[in-house]
Amino acid sequence: MLDDFMTRATLAGIGVAIAAAPLGCFVVWRRMAYFGDATAHAAILGVALSLTLEMSIFPGVMAVALIMALTVTLLAGRGYAMDTLLGVLAHSALAFGLVAVSFLSGVRIDLMAYLFGDILAVSRSDLLVIWGGAGLVVALIAWRWSALLTSTLNEELAYAADLDPKREQLILTLCLAVTVAVAIKVVGVLLIAAMLIIPAAAARSLARTPEAMALIAAVIGGVSAASGLRAAYLFDTPAGPSIVCVAAVFFALFSLLGWHSRRDA
Amino acid sequence: MSLITAKGLSVRYGANTVLHNVGLTVEPGEIVTIVGPNGSGKTSLLKTIIGAIKPTAGHVEMKPGLKIGYVPQRLHIDPTLPITVERFMRLSHRVDRNTCSAALETAGVPDLLGRQMSRLSGGQFQRVLLARALINSPDVLLLDEATQGLDQRGSAAFYQQIEAVRSETGYAVLMISHELHVVMSASDRVICLNGHVCCEGTPAVVASAPEYRALFGSGTGGALALYRHEHDHDHEHSHEAAE
Repeated sequence: MLDDFMTRATLAGIGVAIAAAPLGCFVVWRRMAYFGDATAHAAILGVALSLTLEMSIFPGVMAVALIMALTVTLLAGRGYAMDTLLGVLAHSALAFGLVAVSFLSGVRIDLMAYLFGDILAVSRSDLLVIWGGAGLVVALIAWRWSALLTSTLNEELAYAADLDPKREQLILTLCLAVTVAVAIKVVGVLLIAAMLIIPAAAARSLARTPEAMALIAAVIGGVSAASGLRAAYLFDTPAGPSIVCVAAVFFALFSLLGWHSRRDA
Repeated sequence: MSLITAKGLSVRYGANTVLHNVGLTVEPGEIVTIVGPNGSGKTSLLKTIIGAIKPTAGHVEMKPGLKIGYVPQRLHIDPTLPITVERFMRLSHRVDRNTCSAALETAGVPDLLGRQMSRLSGGQFQRVLLARALINSPDVLLLDEATQGLDQRGSAAFYQQIEAVRSETGYAVLMISHELHVVMSASDRVICLNGHVCCEGTPAVVASAPEYRALFGSGTGGALALYRHEHDHDHEHSHEAAE
């Protein structure tokens, strides 16, 4: 069954969607959208590093994404507004990454594959890494769910309940780095943030509890991945962007529906 | 043994000393109110007690096994986060629906279980926070400006609720408030803070202390009477709880 490249691609897309859904909800609730973007953009630097060292791109990308996320967390609240800081870091990371890749001699690198993903070229071992990473992210978030939710609502509330919001933030940061590393093959660095945010945002108007929002986001993400790939096959369009387009259509649809029902109520 | 004992607490942010050598105790069943002008370190003190701030000197001792109910200053729930009152109440304590209902009733807002937190009025929201803090039958309730954003009647009703629940459950209360006239006579003991403890004692003693008058002016001396007057007319405001 895994011999078919479309099957492998679909499974890869669904795997990323499942990890991105609960994490994406926290990114949306904590207003970390740009933070996700910065981490994802830094990934291209990780790609250059991995290629230089001639190793698999997953550990390289994960390490750089993690360093980026920790740097942002450390620098937060030290003089610059958060959006300025992230704007500087996100785009410089992307620019340095692109320059670094250009230094690489020897193998010609298909940069587009890393910027926009190369989901149709997912191998069996890629699939293993993607599902392994997704499983890790889902397990971590499920384990810390209540603590993460409490810290997201209010830091003092978390301290009073004997939790450490800084540790919970660190767990989200780690999950983000893992997600970026596994998603790079599927949607590419430029669209990873879209996979995090769009399904979660689309699920908002349908959900009454945080848990429901995460589950609905996973379904929306999975369906977007499967049908986006199908559409890419039928219309010969790029796969990663097609997936994001389907998710965006869901977002528009559900937002209109939600807006409509709120007006009636 | 006291429920909470803080000794010699100092908190510094860089060169800025926020608290200097502050000590306080909370005994079982008493209502202690911390008053002080803006920037006097009230919130820093409470945050140090719950462990959100590490003091640069001194320490906080809790009675072993002490259960704390915390009502934060204000809680902004992002509109993108859907959460019902029931789910919110169950966040840190695994309790059943009936316990949630009972806590809401005690806090004066029954029948809100299925509502979205984002659709509550200011008064309802604060009472849900109170209900959440009450859910594990705490030994001490900590309130940080819990009535910010409520009008005078709303906050008077809120503090009367706190007092009423105290007589039922016997918890102790440590709270911060700006609203001197409302909290002063609801307290057993008042601590007047301005970076350090200026004066301390029963509301009547503190209200007449020269240190207190220097901070708040003598005009607030009459505030006590104002509150009592309002209290007398409680029946007129009883609809407040059901708003």
